[in-house]
This record gives sequence, structure tokens and C-alpha cells, in this order.
Amino acid sequence: MKTLSTAVLLVASMGLSACSGGLFNQNDRLGTGGGAGIDNTPVTTGALDPSSVAYFNQTIGDRVLFAVDTSTLTDVGRATLAQQAGWLNTNTTYTAIIEGHADEQGTREYNLALGARRAAAVRDYLVSQGVPDARLRTVTFGKERPIEICSTEACYSKNRRAVTVIGAGAIS
Amino acid sequence: MILGLPPLTFGAMLPVGNKTVYDTLHTGRAVKGYAMKHRFIVAVGLILTALMTVSAQAQAQEPLRLELDNPNIEPLPFAVPVFVAETAGADQYAADLARVVAADLTGSGLFQEISQDAFISGVTNFDSPVQFADWKAINAQALVTGAVSTAGDNQIVVKFRLFDVFSEQQMGEGLQFVGSTDGWRRMAHKVADAVYSRITGEGAYFDSRVVYVSESGPKNARAKRIAIMDYDGENNQFLTTDQSIVLAPRFSPTGDRVIYTSYETGFPKIYVLDVASVGRQVLQDQPGTMSFAPRFAPDGQSVVYSLTTGSNTDLYKMNLNGGAPQQLTSDPTIETAPSFSPDGSQIVFESDRSGTQQLYVMPASGGEASRISFGQGRYGTPVWSPRGDLIAFTKQNRGRFHIGVMNTDGSGERLLTASFLDEGPTWSPNGRVIMFTRETSGASGASTLHSVDISGRNLRAIRQGASDPSWSPLLK
Repeated sequence: MKTLSTAVLLVASMGLSACSGGLFNQNDRLGTGGGAGIDNTPVTTGALDPSSVAYFNQTIGDRVLFAVDTSTLTDVGRATLAQQAGWLNTNTTYTAIIEGHADEQGTREYNLALGARRAAAVRDYLVSQGVPDARLRTVTFGKERPIEICSTEACYSKNRRAVTVIGAGAIS
Repeated sequence: MILGLPPLTFGAMLPVGNKTVYDTLHTGRAVKGYAMKHRFIVAVGLILTALMTVSAQAQAQEPLRLELDNPNIEPLPFAVPVFVAETAGADQYAADLARVVAADLTGSGLFQEISQDAFISGVTNFDSPVQFADWKAINAQALVTGAVSTAGDNQIVVKFRLFDVFSEQQMGEGLQFVGSTDGWRRMAHKVADAVYSRITGEGAYFDSRVVYVSESGPKNARAKRIAIMDYDGENNQFLTTDQSIVLAPRFSPTGDRVIYTSYETGFPKIYVLDVASVGRQVLQDQPGTMSFAPRFAPDGQSVVYSLTTGSNTDLYKMNLNGGAPQQLTSDPTIETAPSFSPDGSQIVFESDRSGTQQLYVMPASGGEASRISFGQGRYGTPVWSPRGDLIAFTKQNRGRFHIGVMNTDGSGERLLTASFLDEGPTWSPNGRVIMFTRETSGASGASTLHSVDISGRNLRAIRQGASDPSWSPLLK
């Protein structure tokens, strides 16, 4: 039993780190906090196909993080986004929804607006790198969907994020 | 139809369905013969009073009155004997009605119930003279007597009288309410409202409802549904499923509709829900935008809300009868959480145009806004009191959250609560009590609705697994 639950936990945590913590999926009940978009690729240890969504999520990295109450991209964030832009410019059949999130320190409404700023900052940067605006859409979740649930900076720093969730087909 | 009262299409959840009930409740028709003259009793009472030296109330024949603005207010001792069951089958209602009346009054923090164990005599006949001496002896300053009888078609008739024990006077006329049996709680709330109003001289709030977000599941995948309940947490019912994230429902001024934010489409959009039919429609669906934080204007004809385009969030107003939305602010900063003044002439909202979240007031048609919050920390979610005298808000300072109130010009700020996370105040119909969300910290953190008096007293937990309350007007 203990072994089983450990295994489940491992899978769960791998799932989280693997596929983004992205939330947007119209067919998804609520967003699971873990899987999102169309990526159900299992985590593998071998080299990933550079054109795969798994490569985007794991090798490039699907998210950037923000300081408290800001939507300014960090140097690390810009480097990640430059690679995201490169991938999107190569794999032109994909679209993306950029989710903006906030940590729980803040009122609900303000955090919605703050999440929108973060998502827009990512969208604007990707567009500046040549990704067509029409392939991108933004959504804010405010503080509604933390991926880490403790109430310390260790968790907050991971929740203040914008996640690029790759999808297929036109943006509605 | 008010607040989801019949007809209901999703199950018989709500009570007091009869139109005549409303008429009766609405007119508050006094039943003839209630203001009975107890001349003999009064005379005896006067003698008894003269013999008593213990109570200030006994010496002064001033009418019983609680001054709510008195900072040293003490809870007023009262007694509510079990109501008299006047027909077979009314016994349970007789006990339950008295219990709810007592809970309403005690829950306000302004009244203190005297245990039935202390009673010297009961009330076995609604029309018999009150034995004031028995109630004086246990220091019951107010006495509520009632009777209930059942009638055909699942109807009950509830009667009550309020007495000022030490003056040996009936306060106001006796009242009678007629309703369906499953509406008995509303009738109890009506009785408690009458008692509260007669003793405080102010409007009451017990016969009211709260729409809120019911929460379940883990913190990182919390399921949310719009739900509605009596102000005290009873008679809960769900208005939406938990398929989509829903946020911050707000009542229309008459309580017949609820406006809220839902992720039904995957993006935050504003919906209007008819409480009676539970039918809903999207209000704002401009492609590529997001909208949230809606609130009705006092006339119920228009809605003010936040619309996000790109990175920028501004305030807009939309007429529910159609027409293009009107943009009220056009700043590159965050403008959100708008709330109308009760006369509809002004809007208070929050903005970070100064660099941090602060409160501003502007004309309801837009235009120049003046900042009203200047204390330490960040201010958000302002809500104008229904009395017009105060603005409630959430304050974030030094890692703590507070619910507070200030005058409408920003002066006289008072913080009423402090915790890890308090937010989102809503006013009771009489502007005396504030309900809000309190969330605990950590991985098992959860939200609970709390209420607090605007004096800062009487902090109470109302419902667990719940957030974003919006208090209805007093029911009619």
C-alpha cells in the first residue's frame, strides 16, 4: 500500500513537472493543475523529438516566473521565451494559450488583473520574436489555480507564473 | 418572485411559496385584538415595579431601546418561550420557531438569550395576560411570545407579540404571518426582524439570503459552484454545477438575479443568472477579452465590471437592455472591483495607478477619480454600505489581511478583522454587519464565510468551504 501510494505520488509529481501545470483545456473539467492542452506524452528518459510538445514543455520549458506583484520578464524568462518562440516559429501548426497566474497573497480581482498582465507580457514577447499574434491567446486564472499549495515563498515563487500551453488548430 | 422563491424548476428547495403569504408578510397586517389592554395587569405590575429596586429599567419607564451606535452597548437579555401550539401537529413548529427567533437575536451579538431552564413560568395561552413578575425575576428585559397553528394545504399561521417586561408594555402591535409549512424559517426570521427593529429603531437583516461560492476539493484543483443560503447558513442550494470555475456572485438590487464570473468557455466571462429559473446567459462575450468583477447598479438596469484587453484592465458599464458598453476608465493600470453608491451617482473602485492598490471614487458616468485611501498597505474590494455612510474594504499590510470600513471620503478608517487572508466584504441589508471570506494558510488551507459587526464585535463563522459572499436586500 505504501509502495503503491509512493508510486502514485511519483507519477503525479512527474506529471506536474512534465506537462506544465497548464490549465487551459476546454474539455477539461476544471483544469487539473497538472495536465493540460493536448500533451499526454509520457515522460521518457530518452531524447525527445524536438518537434514534440513534450520537448517544448520539458526541454525548453513551458513557463516563466515573476517577482511579487510584477509582470516584468526576468532574464531567465526572456531566454525561455526566446526558445519558445523558436519552437513556435518552426512548428507552425500549433497554437498556444498563455495562462497568467498569481500567488495567493492578494485579493481575487486584483490577482485576475495581475495574471492577465503576466500572460500579456509573455504574449507580447513571443510576438516580438516573430510568433504571429493570431496563434496566441491569453487567459488569467488569478490565484485560482496554484500548482504549489504551501503558504510560503517557496510555493508562491512557483505559482507566480505564466504557462504557455500548446494546442492544435485555430484559436477561437 | 424574490430570491429564488417559487416557482422553482429545480426541486422544491425553497419555502414560503404562496402569493398570499407575500401579501400578508408584506403588509405586516396586525391581527385584531392583539394590542390587548391589560389594565389590571399593568396596575399590578406597577405595584410590583414600585417594590423592585434592583433594575434601572424598573425605575425608569423609558421604552426599551438599544442604541447601536453606543460604543458600550451590552447585549440585552431576552426570553423566547416555546411558541404555543394552537392545533395538533404544530408542536414541532412551535419549538423550532422559538429556537430560530432566539438564534437570530443572539447571533446579532446585541441580544442575550435567557435559558428556558431559568423560566419561572411558560406561556401556554397566547392571549392570556403576561406574568411580568416571572420575567422580571429572571431579568428578561424583552419577552417574545408566539403561537402557531396549522391550516389546510400545508399552511401555518404564526403570531407573535413583543413585550417590554420592565415597563410592562407591549412593543408595537402583534403580527401574524401566514405561509406554507416549509417556509417556517422565514416566518421565524420575520419575527426576529420585527423584534430587532422595534428595539433598535433600525432596519433588520434576518430575513435575507446570501449568494456565495461553495468550494470543495484540494487547493490546487478547487471545485467551485454558485450557491445560495439563508443569511445564517441554512437552506443551502446550488445554482450552478462545479464544471467551471465561478467567482464572486452578486445579487441584483431586488435579489431576483445574480451576476457572476465563470470560466465556462475557458476564459473569464460575466454571466447573469435568474435565481428562480436558474437560467443563465453570458453578458459580455467580446472575443479576445476577459471580464470579471461585475456589480449591479442600484436601479438594476446596468452593470459595472472590469474588462481586460491585452495587459490592461479597465472599468466598463453595460446596460442590461442592450447598447454598447461604456468605458468608464482609460488608464494603462489595473482598475477593478467597482461598487456603486446606493444613490447610483458614484462608483468606488480599486486601482494601482499610484503604484499600489488604492481606493478611488468617481462619478458613475466616469470622469475624474479622487483617491480616498492613504494609510499603510494596499486597499482593495471596496463596497459601499447600503446606508451610504461607509465603504468596506480589504486591506493588505505587513503580510496580514484585514476587513475595514472608512467614511466615503476616506476618513475614519477602522480595521475590524485581522488574519492570514480576509477579503471580499459584503454588507447586511441594514449596513450593520459585514460578511467576508476568511482563508486559512498552508496546504490544507480552506475558505470560510465569517461575519462581523461594524463595531468590530461579534466575529462569527457562518459557513465552511465557502467564499465570495454577497448579501441580499431584506426580503419582501
